[in-house]
Amino acid sequence: MAKKWYMLTMVGKDRSGIVSHVTAALYDGGCNLGEATMARLGGNFTIMLMVQFDGSRRALMSQIEPVVQSMDLHVHVDSINAELHHHLVPDVRISVYGADRAGIVAQVTTALTEAGLNILDLESDVAGTEQQPVYVMSIEGLASEGIASLQAALDIMSAEGIETSLSAIETMLA
Amino acid sequence: MAVRDILVHPSPCLKQVAEAVTEFDQALQQLLSDLEDTLAVAPGCVGIAAPQIGVSRRVVITDVRKAKGSCHGRLVLVNPEIIRHEGMARGREGCLSVPDFTGNVMRAEEVVVQARDSAGRQQSFEFSGFEARVVQHEIDHLEGLLFLDRLVSRRHDLFRRKVYRDGGRVRNT
Repeated sequence: MAKKWYMLTMVGKDRSGIVSHVTAALYDGGCNLGEATMARLGGNFTIMLMVQFDGSRRALMSQIEPVVQSMDLHVHVDSINAELHHHLVPDVRISVYGADRAGIVAQVTTALTEAGLNILDLESDVAGTEQQPVYVMSIEGLASEGIASLQAALDIMSAEGIETSLSAIETMLA
Repeated sequence: MAVRDILVHPSPCLKQVAEAVTEFDQALQQLLSDLEDTLAVAPGCVGIAAPQIGVSRRVVITDVRKAKGSCHGRLVLVNPEIIRHEGMARGREGCLSVPDFTGNVMRAEEVVVQARDSAGRQQSFEFSGFEARVVQHEIDHLEGLLFLDRLVSRRHDLFRRKVYRDGGRVRNT
């Protein structure tokens, strides 16, 4: 029988011990963990975690209920297909930064998507000060229509005051 | 012609410090031939180290012609030692011994390497860029290190810096 996988999404005010408490509760409940991203975003701690669990979604929820209560977390669980062991390898990396304003991500990613980019990984931070925030974004992806097409899209952004840099990722296999 | 099986993590051989070659004999030629045959059939692969086929000896072959034009071509490096390095750059690496995973690793941009050839003659090479990365990755195998030991943060360019000393061994700074 195929293994059952769930995507567990959690968010809460950041405090020490969230990861250890959550993962201990999952381990005690017979879960096996897959891939995850966990990060502090602003003052919040966020978890996206693949969990393999033989029981139902409801049973998984009740397994983590005590830690959800004690750590004051919000939780969401979806049934998923795991599709492990099929990593896509990015061939392009794009960095973007600029004086923070609404719309940078939408503008940049819309242009890049139209130019053939499939985003595999996106991380962003708000740097600078409260008075002068700076938006910093790093994207890795697959350039399905080549890198020149993405560069052309970014050149238009640069004319509008958003700093961008693009570099090919050449993965060495040895 | 002998294509050997590639060992994958967590094989203990991959975490051992390999022994220097002292005899440039028939057994070494056989090892080189096996390494070459094994490398030749690995798609897109630009280097191989003896520990990857279960032989804990300081022998590597690099061949970046599959990936890059300007380089030293196919090279046999026996008892290689990094005697000088310069610059640091981030690049993405994968490894036959770690299937379905690639990650970012900091490597010196330029290295000078001394090594013996298949007959035991001392040679010196300057490598830069992609080829320098390949050579450092392979020499790591001789130290029992995988690129997993050198992964840098996905989120930032900041990294746990490990730098080369002479001989390719690492120290934390």
